[in-house]
Amino acid sequence: MPSLKDLRNRINSVKSTQKITSAMKMVAAAKLRRAQSQAEAARPYAQRMERMLAALAASAAGSPTAPRALVGTGRDQVHLLIPVTADRGLAGAFNSNVSRMTRNSIRRLEGEGKTVKILAVGRKGRDFLKREFSANLIGDVTYAGRKSINFTDAQEIGTRVTTMLMAGEFDVATVIYNQFHSVITQVPTEMQLIPMKLPEAKVEDAAAGAHAIYEFEPDEETILAHLLPQNLAIQLYRALLENAAGFYGSQMSAMDNATRNAGDMIKRLSQNYNRARQANITRELIEIISGAEAV
Amino acid sequence: MPVDLEIVSPEKLLLSKPVDMVVIPGAEGEMGVLPLHAPMIVLLRGGEIRLYSGTNVTERLYVSGGFAEVTPERVTVLANEATPLAEVSRAEGERRLAAAEAEYAAADRMDVPALDAAQDRMQSARAMVELAQAA
Repeated sequence: MPSLKDLRNRINSVKSTQKITSAMKMVAAAKLRRAQSQAEAARPYAQRMERMLAALAASAAGSPTAPRALVGTGRDQVHLLIPVTADRGLAGAFNSNVSRMTRNSIRRLEGEGKTVKILAVGRKGRDFLKREFSANLIGDVTYAGRKSINFTDAQEIGTRVTTMLMAGEFDVATVIYNQFHSVITQVPTEMQLIPMKLPEAKVEDAAAGAHAIYEFEPDEETILAHLLPQNLAIQLYRALLENAAGFYGSQMSAMDNATRNAGDMIKRLSQNYNRARQANITRELIEIISGAEAV
Repeated sequence: MPVDLEIVSPEKLLLSKPVDMVVIPGAEGEMGVLPLHAPMIVLLRGGEIRLYSGTNVTERLYVSGGFAEVTPERVTVLANEATPLAEVSRAEGERRLAAAEAEYAAADRMDVPALDAAQDRMQSARAMVELAQAA
């Protein structure tokens, strides 16, 4: 049976933990709003780019000189995985979901006899994968200490990936990130970047109509050569933004749970404390009364 | 009948308004777009976008390059950056020009895509300097 003083100390420590978690929840909520509006602002560009790409890609995909970024190298041997995680923790299973999904993919691909390379974005994923797959890790990018990410960051990763593709260092590139569904649900998702996957229906649309309508200046291939690296950067940018929004969403709900748990714990501890206090009073009273009776 | 102009950067929608005519800096020369233009997808170089109301220029913006989609009723410009001409900084342009020139000089002579990319950046930076000077 802990003493009254012990109980008091524990209640106080849980109370200060609760203060911290509820403050973190507020901070995460504010940052979530900002991350969400940033993700929203990026949407128009991505949509329009997709429209243009659909018109262009359908006409170029069949040609033998189609750019590598669109059709890949034609092989399926070396896979580049780009797991996107946050730099910080205290966000429930957010980071480990992506890391675990990456680990499963690596095991599956290696089981098939493929070579796997990892370009880790975010500190948490890097640290997780480093333990087991440090031989596969070819690089990492972290944004620790940064307030927000901007498009230039995505472009840097994009350039790195494009350079590697041109040097023939991989055949297939896949990014693994948490898709932001709502504040409480983020779904770890694999998205293949290279060779590019066009939505089926759109390819047909474009093949049927769009190509026949549009004129291209200077010509399809020159535009594609500029558009594809840009598209790669945009896809990465989207993954980074969804990751940021998802992280704050996940942190918010994790901190909300922690605050509630701390509340429950305080309630239970206070109950124990009061019981112990009353037991003490009763015991003292009995002592006094029996003392008085003895006299 | 005006044409709907949209200028979009990866980070946000920069501008969306109907204009009577817009001049965009195509990779193969400036082109003016009036309503009912034939559908086109155009590569842009660094240069100036001019918005017209009637015959008057209402707005001038610098873009560092990008793409434009033209249809009979709208023009969509995908640009990494678009700055009103009055806010274009000459110093920034010169800094970029120097960086691009250094990159061009450093690039492998056989690496044609890298040389082309550096040249595009030089052209874009030069346009920025010239426009800043003119403004």
